[in-house]
Amino acid sequence: MNSVNKTLDSKVPGGPIEKQWELYREKMKLVAPSNRRKYKILVVGSGLAGASAASTLAELGYEVECFCFQDSPRRAHSIAAQGGINAAKNYQNDGDSIWRLFYDTVKGGDYRSREANVHRLSEISLQIIDQATAMGVPFAREYGGTLANRSFGGAQVSRTFYARGQTGQQLLLGCYAGLNRQIASGQVKMHNRTEMLDLVVVDGLARGIITRDLVTGEIQRHAGHAVVLATGGYVNVFFLSTNAMGSNVTASWRAHKRGAFFANPCFTQIHPTCIPQSGEFQSKLTLMSESLRNDGRVWVPIKPGDTRPPNEIPEQERDYYLERIYPSFGNLVPRDVASRAAKRVCDEGRGVGPLVGGERRGVYLDFKDAIQRHGKKVIEDRYGNLFEMYERITGESPYEVPMRIYPAPHYSMGGLWVDYGLMSNLEGLHVIGEANFSDHGANRLGASALMQGLADGYFILPNTIGNYLASKKPENISTDHPEFEKVENEVRAYIEKLLSINGDRSVDSFHMELGRILWNKCGMSRNKEGLLEALQEIPKLRKEFWENVRVLGEGETLNQSLEKAGRVADFLEFAELMCRDALEREESCGGHFREEYQTEEGEALRRDDVFSYVAAWEFTGVGVEPILHKENLTFENVALAVRSYK
Amino acid sequence: MRITVHVWRQAGPQEPGKMVAYDLDNVNEHMSFLEMLDFLNESLIAKGEEPIAFDSDCREGICGMCSLVIDGIPHGPEKETTVCQLHMRHFHDGQEIFIEPWRAKSFPVLKDLIIDRSSLDRIQQAGGFISVNTGSAPDANNIPIGKEQADRAMDAAACIGCGACVAACKNASAMLFVGAKVSHLALLPQGQVEKKRRAIAMVEAMDAEGFGNCTNQYECEAACPKGISVEFIAKMNREYLGAQLSGRSS
Repeated sequence: MNSVNKTLDSKVPGGPIEKQWELYREKMKLVAPSNRRKYKILVVGSGLAGASAASTLAELGYEVECFCFQDSPRRAHSIAAQGGINAAKNYQNDGDSIWRLFYDTVKGGDYRSREANVHRLSEISLQIIDQATAMGVPFAREYGGTLANRSFGGAQVSRTFYARGQTGQQLLLGCYAGLNRQIASGQVKMHNRTEMLDLVVVDGLARGIITRDLVTGEIQRHAGHAVVLATGGYVNVFFLSTNAMGSNVTASWRAHKRGAFFANPCFTQIHPTCIPQSGEFQSKLTLMSESLRNDGRVWVPIKPGDTRPPNEIPEQERDYYLERIYPSFGNLVPRDVASRAAKRVCDEGRGVGPLVGGERRGVYLDFKDAIQRHGKKVIEDRYGNLFEMYERITGESPYEVPMRIYPAPHYSMGGLWVDYGLMSNLEGLHVIGEANFSDHGANRLGASALMQGLADGYFILPNTIGNYLASKKPENISTDHPEFEKVENEVRAYIEKLLSINGDRSVDSFHMELGRILWNKCGMSRNKEGLLEALQEIPKLRKEFWENVRVLGEGETLNQSLEKAGRVADFLEFAELMCRDALEREESCGGHFREEYQTEEGEALRRDDVFSYVAAWEFTGVGVEPILHKENLTFENVALAVRSYK
Repeated sequence: MRITVHVWRQAGPQEPGKMVAYDLDNVNEHMSFLEMLDFLNESLIAKGEEPIAFDSDCREGICGMCSLVIDGIPHGPEKETTVCQLHMRHFHDGQEIFIEPWRAKSFPVLKDLIIDRSSLDRIQQAGGFISVNTGSAPDANNIPIGKEQADRAMDAAACIGCGACVAACKNASAMLFVGAKVSHLALLPQGQVEKKRRAIAMVEAMDAEGFGNCTNQYECEAACPKGISVEFIAKMNREYLGAQLSGRSS
């Protein structure tokens, strides 16, 4: 571990913010075209960030290997993003600009992101739309043939591009098509159903990974001149979330254990518009696109415990609480604000829907007025597929009764720490997309995740990784190095351990219990007492896991229990770091709401004088207190202000 | 409610498989079909039996990973619904339910209900793309595309690549899947340059993978969880024929 660089230098180029990315590219070192094939890059993950990076690097001439645990790269969880992708095109002539997108994103992130990164993201947003369109992404169009936009999640301009309610799917299929072209040409070697289980560091450089073939169980070594993690977010740590069943923290966590710093793990996004939980058996929560808030009105009964059917509750007995508390943004307040408000009214006993675990956790999202104003046809055109999905899951039609929604874990703003070049403190390890901590600060705005994944993969990493590789000779790298053998043996021992415990409890039962601890104590609101309790409970649960988990079957075959066991084992370690980070951050900002730090009106109280920094944690051992490194955040372009949506 | 499920169990690609019956009590009508299987698996684990292997990921009907034939119908009885979004309220107390994997020569079974669909990836690799490198795109509004045209392309592009169309077809034809991709790109101006080469390459790849031909039964459309229209098969045939007649595949 001695070789890890412990000073946190963000390496932001100097100069005025709108020139920094240009200056970086002017000064960066280049790898000559004929030399690029001598460098091998391992890209882990095939979502928007991973697939766009892998294909673009291959186009440039690098040798690329790409890995995904799904049966096809097209199934990465980016595919589930519904609402849209932001870009400061200002096609609508409504006053948008790169500056405004930058400003909104820094403010929306509650001033906990790096200004230089966010500005670059805003600049690149324009090119992403061009690129995706050229790849055949069928964005929504106006009758005249130009691209359509809508306003989305807390923005006062219409800058969101969309493909019905399937924007993530269409963008991912665009990336997947580009990736396929490179696979066909032999420039990318694709490994489906293959999971990264560890990172190999040789002489302080990330030099390879150890994987498990999920069909045969074979443990494999892969060496490269650089490793790129595009492995998504970690909110499945809550067990119930909107993430896919397989989404996990394993790749990031193993890299962390090998020296990469984990930044702001407590910044998780709880999305306000998800279908409420309907029972104890539930395996995941389903998101309803935030775009619904453009026409839906959120309300609960004024009286606590009012269990009348919604259509029997007269207007004057309804509390349209978002419109009441936040008159200028109303139902379109950002996600963290909307989520907390929903929690508050449910805490007051005004939640609606069936009793689950003795509580009613839900609020209405009502389309009655919108249907009256625009007609059912217009609403059907806008949200038909979402209404159908809702009806399939709940058995209720939103055309007739209001939808019921409740917040659910959705996205992680935290992730592995990276510098301006998207490289972690561990040299050679690059982290892109949701897996890095990057651009969203303490809260992500709607339609910004797709933008960031594609900015990283298409436009930023392919430049910055060249700058890194140009400083390294394309020396022969081999998986015969003793470090590969050592890490492989550790992975094998780990798998054997999991299979040999043969205790009494299933993997899922541990995951559910961990999820409950986190949701209650490190979820939508947190306090010192609860976090300290969680920090007692998690190690206890982890200990029980390693003594009493039951993983049946063998290692050398397709074994889904074993896959899950490894992921949950990592969540059990990661969860502790998340709570530590939440405990240490004694302020409220974005998705991190510490009950001790709120205004008289119950709004988040940020403490810029003490906490304007990125908390990047260094691993020192399982259950051992990690070391905190800080990257101070300065705001020279967007003045620090209280985020008000009133 | 109480149900009996008969599930295809197969230990590995080369092992023989068979249907095994499981009785299941306390199934809640709000459970999704896959949550019912999770529930069953938990009880198997408790008994020390290996759980049933089945694929799923997003569980919201978009990733295309889940792939079960329920009582002979891919994705089960509900129209335009993937099995992950099918709920137990559509079944009744005492029902016997038969669960099998997709059945097709080009989709070999890996274990229990999990199949290998990499043949679909290889068809896409043959030509399901527009060859434009990152950075070389013109402004997105430079090429206007009429709303109807864009909507039509989107109708085709909505395919989730699950392979239910193949599983539903008595010929195990992949023509709805390939038709959707060929049409999506052929309907857009950006896809014109390569449309002949694409149509020929993808159809040839489809044949090489061992998928059958279309005999116009429309079982694929009926099973498709996204309601992809068989009109796109006609569109693909037209594209393929046009490409062949013009005598140039590449």
